[in-house]
Amino acid sequence: MAEMKKMGVVGERDAVLAFKAVGMRVIDVSTAEETTAALHKLACEGVPVIFITETMAELVPEALQKYKTMPGTAVIPIPGSQGVNGFGLGRVKANVEKAIGADILFNNKKEG
Amino acid sequence: MPATLRVNPTRMELTRIKKRLVTATRGHKLLKDKRDEMVRQFILIIRENYTLRQEVEQELSGALKDFAMARAVMDPQALEEAVLYPARQAQLELGTKNILSVHVPTIQVNEASLEETVQAYGFAETSSQLDGAIATLADLLPKMVRLAEIEKTCDMLADEIEKTRRRVNALEYVMIPQFEATIREISMKLEENERGATTRLMKVKDMMAQRDA
Repeated sequence: MAEMKKMGVVGERDAVLAFKAVGMRVIDVSTAEETTAALHKLACEGVPVIFITETMAELVPEALQKYKTMPGTAVIPIPGSQGVNGFGLGRVKANVEKAIGADILFNNKKEG
Repeated sequence: MPATLRVNPTRMELTRIKKRLVTATRGHKLLKDKRDEMVRQFILIIRENYTLRQEVEQELSGALKDFAMARAVMDPQALEEAVLYPARQAQLELGTKNILSVHVPTIQVNEASLEETVQAYGFAETSSQLDGAIATLADLLPKMVRLAEIEKTCDMLADEIEKTRRRVNALEYVMIPQFEATIREISMKLEENERGATTRLMKVKDMMAQRDA
């Protein structure tokens, strides 16, 4: 069962260069088209985990949706050089709403 | 009143639909149990997902800030050169796990690939911020991979829960009432036919009695 795979990173040049140093496969992009192409390229190569900076992830909702239900590829938003903008957490909340029907979990957190 | 199925009101259809109703009811119960259990698992995982994401976001922002500092003090070309040869080859080990027949991936960082901690560049041309940033980033890797794993699990579970919920609702509010209504209609029609036949017989008997008299 142990297959060895690398991780991939897609995002702005400023943010993703650092990941090169830890042995990830880095593609730097600046437009939505480039981002979609990069995601597609990495997914075709069979990269199981692709980190994408939040600012770039916001530009390509269709591509994220496409990879969301594919078991082989996980596209995970991470904060970019501009810091956290809440896109990743928004996705977690959207998942809760989708599965349970209401955002019960994080309302509880606010109260508690 | 739910719409009935368009079938011939015969005894055979009645038995067939009664069987389908039994299957639908059992399926509904099973799917409902599946949905409940999936929601329970989902809540456990999503809690972890939420806290882990917050941690990772915070730590990663810190690491990236360090890296931005390194960029600021270093020559861009030297920096590029420094990170060109990766110090660690982060390798992933993949597998799959079955949560209520949702096949979710398990992803782990290969420990051995993380152990080499040598810097792949000389210290002369690089700043100390770069060392720090890369070290934090490397420490953060297992956490990021864990985040990827559970976030993917959540994505897939949420999708499956939605599907199951739709199925449960379709059975509960469409299929089962439809079957019940059809069964009622067919049995009423059969009874009506039976009554018709009895009345006809009685009428014929009366007519025969009148003729004989």
